[in-house]
Amino acid sequence: MSGHSTYQPQSPFMQWMERRLPIAGFIYASFVAYPTPRNLNYWWTFGGILTFMLGVQIVTGVVLAMHYTPHVDYAFVSVESIMRDVNYGWLLRYLHANGAAFFFAAVYAHIARGMYYGSYKEPREVLWILGVILFLLMVATGFMGYVLPWGQMSFWAATVITNLFSALPGVGEPIVTWLWGGYAVGNPTLNRFYSLHYLLPFVIAGVVVLHIWALHMVGQNNPTGVEPKTEKDTLEFTPYATVKDSFFMAVFCLFYAWFVFYLPNYLGHSDNYIMANPGQTPTHIVPEWYYLPFYAILRAIPSKLLGVTALASSIIILAFLPWLDTSRVRSANYRPLFRQFLLIFFAAVIGLGYLGSQEPTGGYVIAARILTIYYFGFFLVILPLLGLFETTKPLPNSISESVLPAPSPGAKA
Amino acid sequence: MISHRIITVFALAASLAAAAMQTASAEDAPPRQKWSFSGPFGIYDQAQLQRGFKIYKEVCSTCHSIKLLAFRNLAEPGGPGFTEAQATAIAAGFQVTDGPNDQGQMFQRPGTLADHFPPPFPNDQAARAALGGKLPPDMSVLAKARGYEWGFPQFIIDAFIDYQEDGPDYIHAILNGYTDPPAGFALPPGGQYNKYFPTGAIGMPKPLSDGQVEYTDGTPTTVDQYGRDVAAFLMWAAEPTLDARKRLGFQVMIFLIVLTGLLYFTKKKVWHDVHHPELTGSQPQA
Repeated sequence: MSGHSTYQPQSPFMQWMERRLPIAGFIYASFVAYPTPRNLNYWWTFGGILTFMLGVQIVTGVVLAMHYTPHVDYAFVSVESIMRDVNYGWLLRYLHANGAAFFFAAVYAHIARGMYYGSYKEPREVLWILGVILFLLMVATGFMGYVLPWGQMSFWAATVITNLFSALPGVGEPIVTWLWGGYAVGNPTLNRFYSLHYLLPFVIAGVVVLHIWALHMVGQNNPTGVEPKTEKDTLEFTPYATVKDSFFMAVFCLFYAWFVFYLPNYLGHSDNYIMANPGQTPTHIVPEWYYLPFYAILRAIPSKLLGVTALASSIIILAFLPWLDTSRVRSANYRPLFRQFLLIFFAAVIGLGYLGSQEPTGGYVIAARILTIYYFGFFLVILPLLGLFETTKPLPNSISESVLPAPSPGAKA
Repeated sequence: MISHRIITVFALAASLAAAAMQTASAEDAPPRQKWSFSGPFGIYDQAQLQRGFKIYKEVCSTCHSIKLLAFRNLAEPGGPGFTEAQATAIAAGFQVTDGPNDQGQMFQRPGTLADHFPPPFPNDQAARAALGGKLPPDMSVLAKARGYEWGFPQFIIDAFIDYQEDGPDYIHAILNGYTDPPAGFALPPGGQYNKYFPTGAIGMPKPLSDGQVEYTDGTPTTVDQYGRDVAAFLMWAAEPTLDARKRLGFQVMIFLIVLTGLLYFTKKKVWHDVHHPELTGSQPQA
C-alpha cells in the first residue's frame, strides 16, 4: 500500500518482529498514518460500515450454521428451533436476516456516493470494478441465503430465479438442470445453496482486501473530486477518520437495532413463515426489497430472454461506468446537468423498486418500461454525451481552498 | 431544459401507476386492534394468553395442529404463565404416539412437558379426507405467516410507529369476517364468504359464536373478544421470545444512544482544530 511507514517500534520484541514480518508497520501505515482528504463527508463512512456488516453477517452466520439443517424436510423446522430453543437464537437469526437488508442499504448508499462524486474515474477504475464484483457476490450470497429457511418465498424465489437461465437459447435447460442438481428445485439445490452461502462471504472478504488495497494505492476521492496536493489537504486516518466512522457506525447501528428488536419481520414476507410447498404457488412472488429494482427491469420486458439480458446488464453496466462517463470532472457538485440527471436516476431506481413490489399489470408495466429506458439511457446516452457538451463549474485549486475559511482581507500579504 | 421534459415523462409514469393502483381490487383491510404486545414496550398479557389457549384447545385444535409448540413452553417465562404443575397436567390430558417399543409397536401414552402438541390428524392426507379436501394450516407460526399489505405510504409510517401486528389483526378480522356475500359473488361449493379472506371464499366454516367458550374471569364471551384472545395466543405461539426481545432491545437502544452521544462529542473534540484552524495558528497561506 502507498505511503511511507513512519512506524518506529519501541519495544525490542516489536523491533525484532518488524524486521521479520512488518505487519504492525503495515497496519500503522494503512489505518493510522494513512492520509485521508480533510473534506470527506458522512457518505464516506459507509465503507467502514460495510466492513462491519460483513463481520456481523459472518459471525452470526457461522453460529446459525451450527444449528441449521440443510434438508428440505428439516430446514424450516430447524430455523424455528433456532428461534425457540437455541439460546439467543432469535437474536442471531434476526441480526442475520435484518443484517442482510442493512448490508444492502449500506452498499446502495456506498454506490450512490461513488456515482455522485465520480469515484469511479481515472485512476480508480479497478477499485470501482472490484466494487461491482463485490456487489454481484453480495447479490448471489443474499439470494442463496434467502432460500435456506425453506419457506414459500424461499422456494419460489429459487424456482423463479434459477428458471431465468432457461431463457438462454440451446444451453438454457441443461444449465437449469445442472444448477438444481435435479429436475426441480429440491434437496440437492438446497444443499448446494447452503454450501455456497457459507463459501461466498469469505470470497467477499478476499475481494474486500483487494478493494481496500486498490483504494490505498490511489487514495480516496473526495467531495470536490480534486486530488490532494499538499499535506494541508489531508488528515491522518487515526484519529480523524476513525472517530468520524465510529460515530456514524453507531448511528447506523441505532437504525439496525430498531429493526432487529422492534420490527424484526417488517422487511420480510409473511409467506416465508409457510413451509415450502412445491405444489402451491404463492399468489404474488416478490423478492426481498433490495432486489426489487432489478426485478422490475426483468418484468418490464415482455421477452424472457431480453428480460434476463436486461436484468444482467443492469448490474454489469456499472463496471463500464468509468468509460461511459466522458467528463473529466469527477464531482456532481461541479456538474450541474449531470447532478440533475443523476438525482433523477436515483429516483428512477427507487421508482423501479416500488414497481417491482407491485403486480405487473397495466400502468405499472408502462411505468416500469419508462423507468427501465431511463435506467439504460442514463448510462448509454446521457453519460457519454453529457461529458462532451456540459459546461462545468470552476473547480477549486485544492481541497483546503474549498473548505478552509478564506483569509480575511486585512491579513492578505 | 431536457430535465424538465424528463420530469414530465416521470409525472406521466406516476399518474399511470396511480391509475393502476385504483383499479387493483383488494379484500377489506383488517381493522387494527389494540394489543398488549404492540409498541416497543408492549408485552404479552398472561390472562389473555391463557384465554386464547383455552379457545385453541377447545375449538381450533379439533382441526388445526400446532406442532412446533411444546407443553413445556406453556410454563416458560414470557408465555401464558402456567405453573409447571399446570403445564404437566395439561400435557397429561393429551395422548401422544410414541415408539416403537420392544415389540416393534407404536403406542399411545399421556403427554409430558417435553412433548410437542400432538396433531389432530395422523397426517395431512387424513386431515384432508376428514375435512372435505381442505387442509387446515398448522398454527405454530400462523400469526407471522399471515398479514396484510398496507401499501404506500402506510408501510413507511408503520416503520416509525413500530407496527408489527398485521398477523394478529388479520386473524382477528377473519374470525369476525363471516358475512353474507355481496350480490353477484359466486361462492364455490363448500366455501364460506369472509370479507377479509384474500379470495373472499374461505374453506373454514365460521368457527366461533358468542358464548361458545366459557370464561371464568368475567371477560365478555363475544366473538370479537375470542378473536382477540386467540390471535394473541397464536402470536405468542409464533413468537414466544417477544418479551425477551423487547427487554433486551431496550437495553441495547439505551447503550447505543449513549455510545452515539459519546462518539459525537469525541468526534467534535477531535475535529475541533480542523474546523477552526484560526484558533491554532495554522492559517492557510493566502
